[in-house]
Amino acid sequence: MTDLLKVKDRDIVVPGEILAVGLGFLPGKGTYRDGDKLIAGMLGMVSVENKVVKLISLSGKYIPKVYDKVIGKVIDVLMTGWRIDIGSAYSAVLNLKEATSEFIERGADLTRIYNLDDYVMVQITNVTSQKLVDVSSRGPGLRKLNGGRIIEVNPHKVPRIIGKEGSMVSMVKQATGCNILVGQNGWVWLEGEPEKEIIAVNTIRKIEEEAHHMGLTDKIKDYLEKVTGVKIQAKE
Amino acid sequence: MAYTKRFDGRDWEETRPIEAKVGVIPRADGSAMFKIGNTVALAAVYGPRDLHPKFLQNPQTGILRCHYNMMPFSGHGERVRPGGSRRSRELSMVIEKSLLPVLDLSEYPNAVVDVFIELPQTDAGTRCAGITAAAMALADAGLAMKDLISAVAIGKVDDKILVDLNYDEEAYDGPKADIPVAMTPNSGKITLLQMDGEITKKELKKALEMAKKVCSQIYEIQKNALKEKFKVQ
Amino acid sequence: MLKEHLLRSLSKSIRYDGRKPDEFRPITVETGIIKSAEGSARVKIGRTEVLVGVKMGVETPYPDTPAQGNLMVNAELLPLSNPLFESGPPGDQAVELARVVDRGIRESEAIDVKKLCIKEGEKVWSVMIDVCTINDEGNLLDAAALGAIAALKDTKFPKYEDEKVDYLTKTKKSLPLLREPISITVLKIGNYFIVDPLSEEEQATDARLTVAVTQDNNICALQKGGETPFMPEDIEKIVDLVLEKSVELRKKL
Repeated sequence: MTDLLKVKDRDIVVPGEILAVGLGFLPGKGTYRDGDKLIAGMLGMVSVENKVVKLISLSGKYIPKVYDKVIGKVIDVLMTGWRIDIGSAYSAVLNLKEATSEFIERGADLTRIYNLDDYVMVQITNVTSQKLVDVSSRGPGLRKLNGGRIIEVNPHKVPRIIGKEGSMVSMVKQATGCNILVGQNGWVWLEGEPEKEIIAVNTIRKIEEEAHHMGLTDKIKDYLEKVTGVKIQAKE
Repeated sequence: MAYTKRFDGRDWEETRPIEAKVGVIPRADGSAMFKIGNTVALAAVYGPRDLHPKFLQNPQTGILRCHYNMMPFSGHGERVRPGGSRRSRELSMVIEKSLLPVLDLSEYPNAVVDVFIELPQTDAGTRCAGITAAAMALADAGLAMKDLISAVAIGKVDDKILVDLNYDEEAYDGPKADIPVAMTPNSGKITLLQMDGEITKKELKKALEMAKKVCSQIYEIQKNALKEKFKVQ
Repeated sequence: MLKEHLLRSLSKSIRYDGRKPDEFRPITVETGIIKSAEGSARVKIGRTEVLVGVKMGVETPYPDTPAQGNLMVNAELLPLSNPLFESGPPGDQAVELARVVDRGIRESEAIDVKKLCIKEGEKVWSVMIDVCTINDEGNLLDAAALGAIAALKDTKFPKYEDEKVDYLTKTKKSLPLLREPISITVLKIGNYFIVDPLSEEEQATDARLTVAVTQDNNICALQKGGETPFMPEDIEKIVDLVLEKSVELRKKL
């Protein structure tokens, strides 16, 4: 019996669609086996690598993952830390000792470090089976975010918005002069001159919409150069 | 008076014209519209998200919560008083049970996936339209699903078994039956089955066979609507 | 949310979606889209969407207006339109929305309620407007008000025979309308006035004023919201802005 691949790379498939027939194909993420058939277990984009067929998520809420750097909002000040909303079904806890190396007295006012409604960039350090999430703000680039604005993008488009080794987002930063931080949870912080911020926001929305198009990097580069007049130096 | 031709001229196995669209409510995590004849269903999915009150939380798995509602101006006669009814509660429950078999919510302990189904306009087949829209919305929300769910109401009018009753057929003055069916289109498993009326065992068998055929057709429409949203130009 | 940053942007007359303070998002109005209603409209302002349906019935009149028809406006902030909306009876926001829309229509005498009398003291037509929100990305108030007037314009009487309403037969007779009020909400954030707010702008609001105006540029309803007071000069500025923008919205009807 011959193995038969019924779809090709980059095809969009829906739950229940048959991806492949034959035991030679292996079920990757988002797929499952039923007899000799490999079936789509969600809405996604096909990615075939050798004999492994997996699906890339196109939509859905952010699922907290260890080591992810995310942007969150302080929603509660606890006895020994803070509760942070990171845009998922599960909030995160930032423990005092993961926030500062200072010695903090018992009963001290924690709001002087992080207050309600503050935005922070943190890193996920642990996710338990019950989805309790621990984060830390000690580390390079992790800190309270002052000023600026926050927009929410589809978390599945974040890799495209950041680009290979940050190449895509640094083009936007270069052309608009804005500070931009992209959280893996799809929350993006921007800060710059109002006219330039709008351009940065529109560009990010453009990348989000056309994330799966080929030749996007050049398209965005041309768009930015046209709209801002800034000649972009390619990153090495 | 025998029923020899359908009121709207359709074939016995023909559905009314269908339209489906995904992503109609941008704020939701997933959404879809399903229109069959003059029945329109909107579905929006929010989740997985935090669940309150706490006593509803299940530490083993996320839960699914369906809310079915008809808009006040959707009925055939007088205005429908908002606020739900015993009927909408029952429908919310059977719709929930019809969608659960294909979902895997084990990755979302203590959380909830809320599905809201609203009907702006109704002309029979509302729960089936609602289920069909909800299945697309759940897939749009990126949830793990073994299959979609497709649903249609099969009916009996006089001695004919037919597909997708409309309001006039549901109200036929004579022997009849209304059989809403929901299925997994690829494996043919039945997740919703109800019946009002009276039929024989043989008629039921025929009805279920017709349902399977029609659900496959509806699956193609759901599939195209989902792909249309994510299509790369 | 970081209001100072929003104010900085507004100081350059740039809003978070690039619009100018007095600019509306694209508006579309479609009527007659719900067959089961006697009148209906779907309004989109940007991506905010509402459906409005008008149902008519025959009832006894209110005791203090025995020769006039009845009017009722109800608003459903459907949970499918915003993750923060919950199922259940209307909360404060829904009640305010319904009452503000009601005020604009009732006080402007938009509907000629005297023509809705069938038998004085016994039977009158009742007009029931239901606003259902479909997608909330800010400015439900203006979308609802515009939808209500568009739906009323679309409304036809159902057949009334032998003291019974035959909903399945629509007549060609339109609802008697005298005026078409346009309602616009202006928000004050810091010292800046904006129309057609995004959800984020609604959250940063200090105060807002909804003004309903008729074709003759008369004000027929007012509603202030928000915790910050207005100066009298603010009110004048706002009314001028509303009169100016009402022309644009009226063209959509």
